[in-house]
Amino acid sequence: MFLDLFYELRDEGVPVGLQEWMMFVEGLGKGLHGSSLNRFYNLARSTLVKSETYFDQFDRAFLKVFEGVEGSLDIEAELEDWLNDPKAFEGLTDEQRATWERLASDELLQKFLETLAEQDERHDGGGKWVGTGGHSPFGHSGEHPTGIRVGGRSRNRSAMKVAEERRFKDYRTDETLDVRQTRVALRRLRQLTRTGTATELDLDETIDETCRQAGEIELVFRPEKKNDVRLLLLMDVGGTMDPFYGPVSNLLTALHAERGLRDFQAWYFHNCPYEQLGKDARLLRRDAIPTGDLLRKLNANWKVLFVGDAAMHPAELLEPFGNVDPRRMAETRGIDWLHKIDDHFNRVVWLNPELPALWDEYETVKIIRKIFPMFHLSTDGIEEAVKALIGGKTLH
Amino acid sequence: MTDSIDFEQFSGTEGYIASSSLLDAVNAAIALQRPLLIKGEPGTGKTLLAEHVAEALGQPLEKWHIKSTSKAQEGLYVYDTVQRLNDARFGDGDVSDIRTYIRFGAMGRSFAAKEAQVLLIDEIDKADIEFPNDLLRELDEMRFTVMETGDEVVAEVRPLVIITSNNERELPDAFLRRCVFHFIEFPDKELMTQIVAVHHPHLETRLLDQVLVKFFWLREQTELRKKPSTSELIDWISVLLRSGMGADDIEQHIPFLGALLKNEQDTEALDQYGERGGSYPSEWADLGPRYNN
Repeated sequence: MFLDLFYELRDEGVPVGLQEWMMFVEGLGKGLHGSSLNRFYNLARSTLVKSETYFDQFDRAFLKVFEGVEGSLDIEAELEDWLNDPKAFEGLTDEQRATWERLASDELLQKFLETLAEQDERHDGGGKWVGTGGHSPFGHSGEHPTGIRVGGRSRNRSAMKVAEERRFKDYRTDETLDVRQTRVALRRLRQLTRTGTATELDLDETIDETCRQAGEIELVFRPEKKNDVRLLLLMDVGGTMDPFYGPVSNLLTALHAERGLRDFQAWYFHNCPYEQLGKDARLLRRDAIPTGDLLRKLNANWKVLFVGDAAMHPAELLEPFGNVDPRRMAETRGIDWLHKIDDHFNRVVWLNPELPALWDEYETVKIIRKIFPMFHLSTDGIEEAVKALIGGKTLH
Repeated sequence: MTDSIDFEQFSGTEGYIASSSLLDAVNAAIALQRPLLIKGEPGTGKTLLAEHVAEALGQPLEKWHIKSTSKAQEGLYVYDTVQRLNDARFGDGDVSDIRTYIRFGAMGRSFAAKEAQVLLIDEIDKADIEFPNDLLRELDEMRFTVMETGDEVVAEVRPLVIITSNNERELPDAFLRRCVFHFIEFPDKELMTQIVAVHHPHLETRLLDQVLVKFFWLREQTELRKKPSTSELIDWISVLLRSGMGADDIEQHIPFLGALLKNEQDTEALDQYGERGGSYPSEWADLGPRYNN
């Protein structure tokens, strides 16, 4: 019954991990639930759920598992039963039972807990640690036949099925990103320089100066370090970009929340930038800015970040009047605009939300990759891109 | 319930009314020795909770109010170099002992204390996104090293750590995993009646009823930029009492609106509503099903 709650929570999308579960079990062990279902509920919620946005899901899961248990519940007995004999529970599938027999076997569980205590970060692959993949008996979707499953769902499903579903792909930093991960990746977007009023005590200078004054204290102040990065975001919207709405919107949210930047501008285009850039994703003509004006306004030190799949009909990139929008006659070829942008700014990178394996499928991606360094829109990719924007020497 | 269990140490105080789930969360944090993370709307008494837990447990309270510039290090200790330089120059104090110039922060003091303490880390979401992660080890192990002297401070008695957040930003998962979590819901009619009774024990029943009807009605107005919270309600009642107003005076009006609404546009909107002849509810029945069960 207890483990049903764990799986039910995960089914509902509540991010419950083993650390939370262990905390909950520890609480039960200390008798924190008293003998009332209410307090059991309170204990479960305060240890297993870490955000009020999941309370609803928690309630649904709790109801599903404990519906029909009225008033009080002999939790100690249930807990003991559960630990000793998983077969005692009704409604378990054979497979679930098998999983439990393996999980409850003291030796393995003990070893698992020890391993967990040693491990202090997430781990994928390899042979010893708890994590995903790999061939350690601990972890998920591994190849050891009697391994402990960590997470994942087992009812009515084979481990193969779970692996196929790739429920754990969210943990892979090379594939997905949430706003926080994105923000952390963007944190490197920093070039610290000292400008402004001197407010920070410069200890080394103070000591030097004090010595020069023969011990007369001379406090020396300097301006605080501030970020000097100005970022220009040029983004492809509409059409082939629609499937990437999720990761792109996370990137935007993270960029807009990034207060550390000295300056930030975002302009939009469809497929390829031509003579005009839109102020927002609707690309309204009245809000547009001539691309040439933008280049005149922003100096070469602005860092330019393209976001787009760079996939289009080759004519859109290579022919005059290539713009797919018939209302916008633009003689200059898209590729010429890209070269202008490349010539004007010192640092330009391109983030592509499409999987890198598919990049070479498109002629235009190949061409654009020769102009700008291209990175995948993932946490790792963003970090690489930021390094290319900030790093030591000029790229081209 | 047979609650003869010894871990239960907090059951509210006279000045603080807590829901049963909040009590359970506090006691879970005490028993499990984990930090307690409290979230909730502003004005629901997150910070007050720490004071009252400390009072109920009879333990001193260390407060660490977080600002956007706060660094994890400051909570442990700072090394006052300027003072030391100054003393060296003017011959005050014992400059040779660097320990004189190490000043512990709230967290450092609560670790170094010989008796059990309550440590409040207030509004942790105000700080930099990495701030909570910088505290992970200290919160887990409750020890740190003073780099300048090599001294290690280890908590002999683990303080109860209470952390509040206004949800201004997401907290890192690694941090959340270590906490016991509680979300203070906005009090319902009954709980609010109890809370008001704590602050204004002799309030006339009819006046109380009118006050709460107006208050919850205001909170139902979705256009408001800032909904009035508990603390504003308490203030408003104080003003009403001091000005000698009774239930009749507020049946059709909301006097001293400024005590409830802190946003100019909100006050204006309400004024215009009154000028247009809009009416205020005077009975719970006017408020909809949530308040009439």
